[in-house]
Amino acid sequence: MSSRTNRWRKTVSLEQINNLNKRFRQLSSNKETLSREDLASIPDLDNNPIRLQIINAFFDKRNLSQSEVGIVQEIGFEEFLMVLTHFQPAAMDITEDNREKLRRTKLRFLFNMHDTDGNGIITLEEYRQAVEELLSKAGTIAPETVKAIADAAMLDVASTTRGKMEPDEFYEGITFEHFLQILKTLDIETTMHVRFLNLDTANMRCGK
Amino acid sequence: MLVGATSHSPTGSRGFMERGFLLLVVLMFLEGTVFPLGAASSPDINNYTFPKKAFPVLSLDYGHIQMPFEISLWVLLASLMKLGFHLIPRLSGIVPESCLLIVVGLLVGGLIKLAGEEVPPVLDSKLFFLCLLPPIILDAGYFLPIRPFMENIGTILMFAVIGTLWNAFFVGGLLFAVCQIEGTHLSQVELLPCLLFGSIISAVDPVAVLAVFEEIHINELLHILVFGESLLNDAVTVVLYHLFEEYSGAGEVTLMDAFLGVICFLIVSLGGVAVGAIYGILAAFTSRFTSHTRVIEPLFVFVYSYMAYLSAEMFHLSGIMALIACGAVTRPYVEANISHKSHTTIKYFLKMWSSVSETLIFIFLGVATVAGPHAWNWTFVSVTVILCLVSRVIGVVGLTFIINKFRIVKLTTKDQFIVAYGGLRGAIAFSLGYLLDKDHFPMRTMFLTAIITEIFFTVFVQGMTIKPLVDLLAVKKKQEAKRSINEEIHTQFLDHLLTGIEDICGHYGHHHWKDKLNRFNKKYIKKCLIAGERYKEPQLIAFYHKMEFKQAIELVESGGGVKMPAAMPLQVSMQNIQPKKQPPMAADRALPQFTKNREEEIRKILRSNLQKTRQRLRSYNRHTLVADPYEDGWSEYMLKKQRMIELEKKVSNYLTVPAAPSDSPTMRRARLASDPNAFYTIKAPPGNVPTIQVELASPQSPDSVNLVDEFSKKGGSSQKNTDDRKEEQGRMMKPPSAGKGGKGEEEEEEEEGENKNPGLLRCLSDPGPSNEDEEDEPFLP
Repeated sequence: MSSRTNRWRKTVSLEQINNLNKRFRQLSSNKETLSREDLASIPDLDNNPIRLQIINAFFDKRNLSQSEVGIVQEIGFEEFLMVLTHFQPAAMDITEDNREKLRRTKLRFLFNMHDTDGNGIITLEEYRQAVEELLSKAGTIAPETVKAIADAAMLDVASTTRGKMEPDEFYEGITFEHFLQILKTLDIETTMHVRFLNLDTANMRCGK
Repeated sequence: MLVGATSHSPTGSRGFMERGFLLLVVLMFLEGTVFPLGAASSPDINNYTFPKKAFPVLSLDYGHIQMPFEISLWVLLASLMKLGFHLIPRLSGIVPESCLLIVVGLLVGGLIKLAGEEVPPVLDSKLFFLCLLPPIILDAGYFLPIRPFMENIGTILMFAVIGTLWNAFFVGGLLFAVCQIEGTHLSQVELLPCLLFGSIISAVDPVAVLAVFEEIHINELLHILVFGESLLNDAVTVVLYHLFEEYSGAGEVTLMDAFLGVICFLIVSLGGVAVGAIYGILAAFTSRFTSHTRVIEPLFVFVYSYMAYLSAEMFHLSGIMALIACGAVTRPYVEANISHKSHTTIKYFLKMWSSVSETLIFIFLGVATVAGPHAWNWTFVSVTVILCLVSRVIGVVGLTFIINKFRIVKLTTKDQFIVAYGGLRGAIAFSLGYLLDKDHFPMRTMFLTAIITEIFFTVFVQGMTIKPLVDLLAVKKKQEAKRSINEEIHTQFLDHLLTGIEDICGHYGHHHWKDKLNRFNKKYIKKCLIAGERYKEPQLIAFYHKMEFKQAIELVESGGGVKMPAAMPLQVSMQNIQPKKQPPMAADRALPQFTKNREEEIRKILRSNLQKTRQRLRSYNRHTLVADPYEDGWSEYMLKKQRMIELEKKVSNYLTVPAAPSDSPTMRRARLASDPNAFYTIKAPPGNVPTIQVELASPQSPDSVNLVDEFSKKGGSSQKNTDDRKEEQGRMMKPPSAGKGGKGEEEEEEEEGENKNPGLLRCLSDPGPSNEDEEDEPFLP
């Protein structure tokens, strides 16, 4: 395993890495790399309204390394792990600084999922798209309602972050800082985690 | 009749005599009928020479109404006390209400005793368990915040079951050991009664916890932990109580009995939940058909829940768990079916009953203390108090150590302290002790004394000091902010994201099962239990509509947008977030271009009116609005008209479920035409302006008229339709005089706002238990 995986050993146990490796092999039908179709073929994901966005998140370069923007076609096991480490819980004795860093990492992941064109801002269109996806499995929804909800949400962000605005000022979109601000009550560092990546428990069940 | 007939007879003196004679006959006749009644109450009927009593004009018959009268007096006393406490400003801050009420009870009991009367056995177990306790538990169950409850269910169950068991055995066992010591004169107390006593006293009491924790506003996690524990330990208490009570006579408990006890526990708890769930589903199903008899909707919720409680008690299952299950299951489905007013009714009735119950319970505790009988034994009582405290602390610390291995959000030492310190005992323990049979348990009075002392200790000492301790330890307090739509969107988004990640990793964890349950709920259950098409409504949209509705009500309350509360300083409107479209080429526009000055003028007018519009537009009912300031006012007018229809539709939808039938054409026209911003445009449809009269006299939709009537009665003027604020502004519309019209409107609106405010505010003011943010959470979010 490369140096990156070695670094993660401190945060994810060896057993968990092995289990994930097994899962990776299973998904990629024993190939070295995973492609979109492999992920899309998981039957459980069919019911998920945001499955496309989740799948895209795995292939988004921004989640794989800090500086690049764009999409890759296939990912290796390291990249797979890298995406999954966004879902680690915070350790009990985490310092305030690290907690803040963890929050930012996780929220950055969420932000990247919404910001599909990669320009660092979630525009009204992108937000509308996100809401539409969220409601996509819920039967026939009138498009006006979707727009109304997205618009209301956007207004909320604008008003809490920018305050008073002149009629001809234009609010470009949600920047990452604004995003942090509006979601600060959600306690992301504790809610956004998948249990088996927990540091303490070593019991893992890979279904199927 | 007879007398009358004779009096009209034309004969003279003979008629007079006849009259007198007949009068006498009639009187005797009357007295003859009255006598048997009188004879019934007085046994000596052997002589007809009764002295003729005067017909009783006014008599006193206390016995006839004694029971209901005394009950009403108690309730009145309780309510007046509650009133009184809040009038004394500093007192309620220092001393929790429960303490004050116990003191009042002591005083009342003392007064009754001084008066020489026997103190009534007010905390009679039957009265307590069948009348006083259910409202409190139903209130708790109906408004239980499901999401935090379910997230922490493992921890709560650990505390409730294992913690209570530990407490019971620790206290009971050690107490027995102490009793065996020579100097205490308590050697006649055997092991099993001690264990029974331990099980009675070890249960954390939901009433006391609610009463005290309500005032300290700690964060949601701790609240739900302690409160959930107090609710769920009922099953354990019931089983232990019956087990030890049964076998105290026999003198010993074998392993077989213990095993049966465990089985019994499972049956009691799961059975209770099952009974509650069944009744809950019945209630939900019934509420599906109540669209024509909205008035009795709340009744179904109450009656079904109460019957769930009684049915569970009938089988000696856990009534409390049945009630909680019933309330929690009923709520999401019933709320989708019933009207808004029924919802408000349910909420306020539950709060009212539970509040009165709680007050009465504490007062009765005080009275029962005075009533006695007491058998004070220093050793027993003091050892009980100390042991309870010690066992609670050890139990909590030990359990947390184990629990933290499985929790993501660990419980810190501060949390543990609050959980341990918040374990208050209350009236349930007393009632259970009261239920003990005097013959089987000769030391019953000593037990009762010890229980009361423990209750007093926890409520007074722990109850009074917990608030300063919370402040001292800087424990995280409850978040007051309401949930915003962004948070809601992202919470749902996160749920789906985490489910997806779990699926990708192939790990069937919490989110996976929760998601499955949600889908099952949506597909099958909601279809059966929710009337009409509303079952298809996804949660996000329901949330959004609720917010919209609340926003509309808030705006109405604040006087139609004129006096905006300072908390909403926003002045961001749709214009600011919509990307600007390029104005079309001049050649495409058939309309004349405005000169610069004209533009400025229009813009100024627009701005001054859009100020109010903007504040109104704050409500969540936006359409895609291309607010291009260069466009002609006509299209703006059209869009606003559309929006008004939308708002009206939505607001009326949530005042009456399902959507209200359409209004009469006059009303609709009046509403549509009452657009304040159309006046300034040259192209404003001339026909509409003069015909603006808000025709409230005309028939409105039957459901919304009630709301209007309420408001109109209190608002003093009968011309306010609060369904749509815009209408009241519409009423003020006058034919425009360009440029000045804007200001005129403003002034009139201000005036309008002033008149309306006190009335509306009074009727809309919500002094009851507010900040019920939890209730907005759907069942399975």
